[in-house]
Amino acid sequence: MLAFAMPVVFTRSEIEALAALANLELDPAETDLFGRQLSEILEYARQVQEIDTTGVPPTESVATRHGVDRPDEVRPSLPRPDALMNAPDGAPDAGLFRVPRVIG
Amino acid sequence: MTSPARSARLATVGETRDLVQRGERSATEICEAALARIDALDPHLHAFTTIARDRARERARTIDQDPARRSGALAGVPVSIKDNLCTRGLSTTASSRMLEGFVPPYDATVVARLEAAGAVIVGKTNCDEFAMGSSTENSAFGPTRNPWAADRVPGGSSGGSAAAVAAGLTPLSLGSDTGGSIRQPAAHCGVVGLKPTYGRVSRYGLLAYASSLDQVGPLTRTSADAALALSVIAGHDTADATSASDPVPDYEAGLTGDLRGVRIGVPVRLLERGVDDEVTGAMDRAIEVLVARGARRVEIDLPYAASAIPVYYLIATAEASSNLARYDGVRYGFRAAPDSDRDDLRTMYARTRARGFGSEVKRRIMLGTYVLSAGYYDAYYLKAQRVRTLIRRDYDAAFVEADVIVMPTSPTPPFRLGECTSDPLQMYLTDVFTVTANLAGLPALSTPCGFSAAGLPIGLQITGRLFDEAAVLRVGDAHERDTDWWTRQPTDPPGTEERRN
Repeated sequence: MLAFAMPVVFTRSEIEALAALANLELDPAETDLFGRQLSEILEYARQVQEIDTTGVPPTESVATRHGVDRPDEVRPSLPRPDALMNAPDGAPDAGLFRVPRVIG
Repeated sequence: MTSPARSARLATVGETRDLVQRGERSATEICEAALARIDALDPHLHAFTTIARDRARERARTIDQDPARRSGALAGVPVSIKDNLCTRGLSTTASSRMLEGFVPPYDATVVARLEAAGAVIVGKTNCDEFAMGSSTENSAFGPTRNPWAADRVPGGSSGGSAAAVAAGLTPLSLGSDTGGSIRQPAAHCGVVGLKPTYGRVSRYGLLAYASSLDQVGPLTRTSADAALALSVIAGHDTADATSASDPVPDYEAGLTGDLRGVRIGVPVRLLERGVDDEVTGAMDRAIEVLVARGARRVEIDLPYAASAIPVYYLIATAEASSNLARYDGVRYGFRAAPDSDRDDLRTMYARTRARGFGSEVKRRIMLGTYVLSAGYYDAYYLKAQRVRTLIRRDYDAAFVEADVIVMPTSPTPPFRLGECTSDPLQMYLTDVFTVTANLAGLPALSTPCGFSAAGLPIGLQITGRLFDEAAVLRVGDAHERDTDWWTRQPTDPPGTEERRN
C-alpha cells in the first residue's frame, strides 16, 4: 500500500485535526512534539505492515469462552445522589449534571 | 553488620495472617506497625498517593472485635491498592490530575473480595498516569523510587505497589497489568508479580486503559502469597461480562515443589539479541534450579513475538483513546475553568482534557485516535489484531512442546530516573518480553532470580497456558524453595527508624 511505502509525516494541520477528533486542545509546542513522535512510533510500527496475514482472522477475544447473555431485568444500580457526588458542576436537587452551552 | 532485628526476613502474607488467626498479634498491632513503617519510609520512596490511616485503623479494630472475622484467608493483613482501582470513600486518582479529588461511590470487586477476606487497606499506591508507562515517572504526583537504589525507577506502571512490597510497607499489593505493569515492576523491585489469565479476575472498578488487555493481579514476596491472594480475588463476577466462569482451583494446594516431568520452554531465538548479559546469566541459573527439581528444558520458538511491541502499542492506544473519552469534565474529576462566558461544551471538553491529562496519556490518545481513524483503521488496528492472532498461534504451538515458557521479565535491570523519559519509543521497547502474555491473554508470573553486580534485582518470567495459573505458581514456588533471592531486602534509607511487623 502506498501509505506505507514512505515514512508517515504529519503536517501541523493534520495533528490539529487529530487533536480535534480526540477532544484535546494542544499548544504549538505539543503539536510539533506529538507530530514528530507519532511519526517515529508509526515508522517503527511499519514492521507490522510487512507481516503476511493473508487468511488470518483478527483477534476478537482471547479467553472469553462462555455465554455472557443474561435476562434483561431491572436491577439496582448506583443511586442518583452517589452518581452526582463527584460532578464538577452537579445539580443534585434536579438530579442533573450541568454543562456549558451546547448551541450558540 | 546489621542488627538481628534488621536482618529478620520481612513477614509474608501467610505468616502475617497466621499471627492474627492464632491470636499472637492483633490486627491493630500489625496495622499500626505498617502505618509507622509507611510514615518512616514513604517520604523517601513515594510509593503511596494516599495513606488511609483512619479507615485502616477502623478496619483492624473491627477484625479484632469479631472472632469470626479472624478466620478470613487474609485476616489482618495490611494491603495496598494501585490507585487505578476504585475504593469506596477513598480517593482514587490513577495518578492523574484528571481525577484529583475523585472519591468513588463503589468498590472494585477485587477490593470488596480482599476486605471480605479480612485484609486491611492501608493506602493507594502510585503508578504511571492511567497505568500508561514502564517507570512510574508518568505519575502526575511525582515518581516512585526503587527501594534498592534511590536513583533507579521501580518499573511501572504498578511501581508504587512493587516498591511498597519490596520495602516491607505491605506484604501484598494489588496492581494491574496491560503490557507488563505488574511483572516488570515486580522484577525491578525484587518481588513476585502475577498477571492472571484475561478474565480470571474481575475488572469491575478498574479504571480501564485497554479493555482487551487489562488484568488485575497481586504483587507479593513469594509465589505462595500470590497463590493465596489469587484464590481470594479470582472468580466470576456478574459485573464484568469478560470475567470467566471457570471454577477457581485451590492454588495453594498445587504448590508441591514437584517439577518432575514439567517441560520448561525457552524461546532461544527471541533471547539472542538485546538482553543484558547479567540478565541472561541469572535466567540460565534459574533454569538449572528448575531442572535440578526434575523439570526438562526444551527449546521453543515464538517467531511473531519479536513484533509484539508495535502490535501492542497499536491495539492498546486504540482502546485507550476510546476508554479515556469518558474523562470530559462532566460527571467526575477535573473541569477546566472557562476563559469566558462564551465558551461552549466542546471547548470545555478539549481544555479540560488538555489540562487534566499528562503528556504520555495525550500521546497515546493521539496515536490511538489516528490508528482508529477513517482510512487507517484497516491498515493499523485491524492489521495489528491479525498479527495478534499469529502471536497467539505461536503460543498454542509452543504449549504443545512445553508446559510453561520462561524468559527474562525485563531485558535489563532497572534504569535510572530520567534515562528514558525524553524518548517514548525507547521506553516502549523495555516491554518486549511482557506484552505478549497480554496479547495472548496468558497467565504470567515474575519471580526474583538474581541481582546485577550493581545490586539491582533481576526477574524471571514464567508464562503458562490459559487458566493454568497453577502451573506458573508451582514453578515459581519451586524456584523460591531452592533460592534465597526473594528473602533479600533493601537497606532502609539512613535516618529512618526500624519498625517492622
